[in-house]
Amino acid sequence: MEKLFPIIRVIDQGGNVVSDEHKELVTEERVKSFYSEMARIRMFDRKAISLQRQGRIGTYAPFEGQEASQVGSALALEGDDWMFPTYRDHGAAMVFGHSLRNIFLFWNGRNEGCIPPDGKKIFPPAIPIATQIPHAAGAAFAEKQKGTKNAAICYFGDGATSEGDFHEGLNFASVFKSPVVFFNQNNQYAISVPVSRQMNSATIAQKAIAYDMPGVRIDGNDVFAVYLETSRALERARNGEGPSLIEAMTWRYGAHTTADDPAKYRNQDESAMKRAETDPLLRLERWLKNEGLFDEAWVKEIEEKAAMEIDAAVREMESYPPADPAVIFDYVFAKSTWTIEKQKREYLKLIGSDGR
Amino acid sequence: MKMALQTKTLTLVQAITDGLDIMLEDREDVILLGEDIGTNGGVFRVTEGLQKKYGEHRVIDTPLSEAGFVGAAIGMAANGFRPVVEIQFLGFIYPAYEQIMTHASRLRMRTMGHFTVPMVIRAPYGAGVRAPEIHCDSTESIFTHMPGIKVVCPSNAYDAKGLMIAAIEDPDPVLFLEPMRSYRSSREEVPEGKYTVEIGKGNKLTHGDDVTVIAWGAMIPVAMKAAEEMKQKGVECDVLDLRTLYPIDKDLIIQSVQKTGRTVIVHEAHETGGTGSDLISLINDEAFLYQKAPAERVTGFDAPVPYFGFEEYYLPTPKRVAAAIEKVMKF
Repeated sequence: MEKLFPIIRVIDQGGNVVSDEHKELVTEERVKSFYSEMARIRMFDRKAISLQRQGRIGTYAPFEGQEASQVGSALALEGDDWMFPTYRDHGAAMVFGHSLRNIFLFWNGRNEGCIPPDGKKIFPPAIPIATQIPHAAGAAFAEKQKGTKNAAICYFGDGATSEGDFHEGLNFASVFKSPVVFFNQNNQYAISVPVSRQMNSATIAQKAIAYDMPGVRIDGNDVFAVYLETSRALERARNGEGPSLIEAMTWRYGAHTTADDPAKYRNQDESAMKRAETDPLLRLERWLKNEGLFDEAWVKEIEEKAAMEIDAAVREMESYPPADPAVIFDYVFAKSTWTIEKQKREYLKLIGSDGR
Repeated sequence: MKMALQTKTLTLVQAITDGLDIMLEDREDVILLGEDIGTNGGVFRVTEGLQKKYGEHRVIDTPLSEAGFVGAAIGMAANGFRPVVEIQFLGFIYPAYEQIMTHASRLRMRTMGHFTVPMVIRAPYGAGVRAPEIHCDSTESIFTHMPGIKVVCPSNAYDAKGLMIAAIEDPDPVLFLEPMRSYRSSREEVPEGKYTVEIGKGNKLTHGDDVTVIAWGAMIPVAMKAAEEMKQKGVECDVLDLRTLYPIDKDLIIQSVQKTGRTVIVHEAHETGGTGSDLISLINDEAFLYQKAPAERVTGFDAPVPYFGFEEYYLPTPKRVAAAIEKVMKF
């Protein structure tokens, strides 16, 4: 099966373009653009962990190590496409146009953080595993019904492939040729359970055979391979050829969430080794160096720019108006029911008119 | 609401079909999904003829996948459609429970109204038709307990059609429970064309000063028969058809209970955690000092709905309801 689904790469770990056919794809402009997006979301991720440690946000799910998968796939989308992220895909969401402030708000326990800006069609992160997969199949189906060329991307991890909703969602999408890209980030651990315990299959991509949809396995730390294969799958979707499954092989360096200790279930040297060898940013740095285009000052510049953006988002998050208890009651239904109104009235009266 | 002048004689099943037909005609965004609902017209023929009339792209046979098609319908609802999904029997809704609990019912709240789920989930429910096991469940209170979804349950053709149209027009998810025992048990005059029965409003079927009897769905004929029997003995009942199980029609119940001071609640769902408990809480909150006797419940037992060989023992009967009415009268 591994042979049937070889890991597709555009740039190898040494920063070399593996095939001449991709020489035109890998331009300095693209490399720098991809690199700066990856650096930006990595800095966000580190900042979020730091804020959690200081008690300034709640439990946080880091994605460091998976930047290429999230940036390459999100950049392949068109503005009117749909995105269905999980709790570890806010890197992709911010690349696609989500507000950094709102993402911080989400991790700080605020519903306001689930609202995407500018009419962006980004669903709130799915917390129950794999449940977003049928949503993406349905939303994409709706686009097809409307006669648009819009598609959907649906993110999920390796653990999600064991859930029933994975099967039901892929099956539904394949039967109705929904224009959706099922983008799996196989980071090889579902919290503590390695992928070898998750499934007997050698690959996730091979599961596409069962649905008679295209399936590919790619190096998820190679942002160009991610961008290329996601673009191809999206094009098929827009052309009415239905869904595709992409398995992006990657690795999360850190914990499942800030409440998790990965030292309990895996050797930390492995992550250190991955960081030194297969890191998505390092790979582009090597390409730039090979081409004689690497510029420390440029790196510093994009990092400073990202830091400013992130710091501004933190300030906005921290100066955001405090949680209004009315929010609990006011959004359950379009028109509130008498039970909710009664509970709201009595509670707000009890806590006083200032709402706290 | 346009008042319809003409009427036609319909069973409860036909009235639901009529409501769906009208809404498919009326709104391009209405789309039907479910198992066997297309070519076959549904196992109870609720969607009979609709695929032929509106096409395979609007009346859709789905794979056997309650979580899958309810989940897909959530995506469609969030993307501009008004899906009406059929769960073949309420006892088969459990695989979709996660989708309903974690997404359909709370997407509005999570996104403060940015994404919403205007969807109807239809499900035939209840025992008494000698159906195989798991086909007879009446687990409405699993869903009345769930914030963010309304639960309706008509007992007759008029209400079924009006509630169906109201449910499809509702901006939030609605679980539409269909009493399969009453599907074809009677016919009645139903207005042609579009009309609605307001969600959250019950209906008083008989007037009496002695006891308030509250029921819904397939328990309405049972409650009515008991009330008629008791009338022969000189006990007059207000029989209330709840019609909506969430949100409950508080005013209808309280006005009646403040008058009678005695209540009997009839439901075929299990007693513990059933809607009867909510009704008694409501009476406690709003009519405590009017009570002449503790409220009685006549319900299914706290046992799984049995094989149909036992269902006549399990289901509330007019005899049990009449005994409860006598009990509250004699307290």
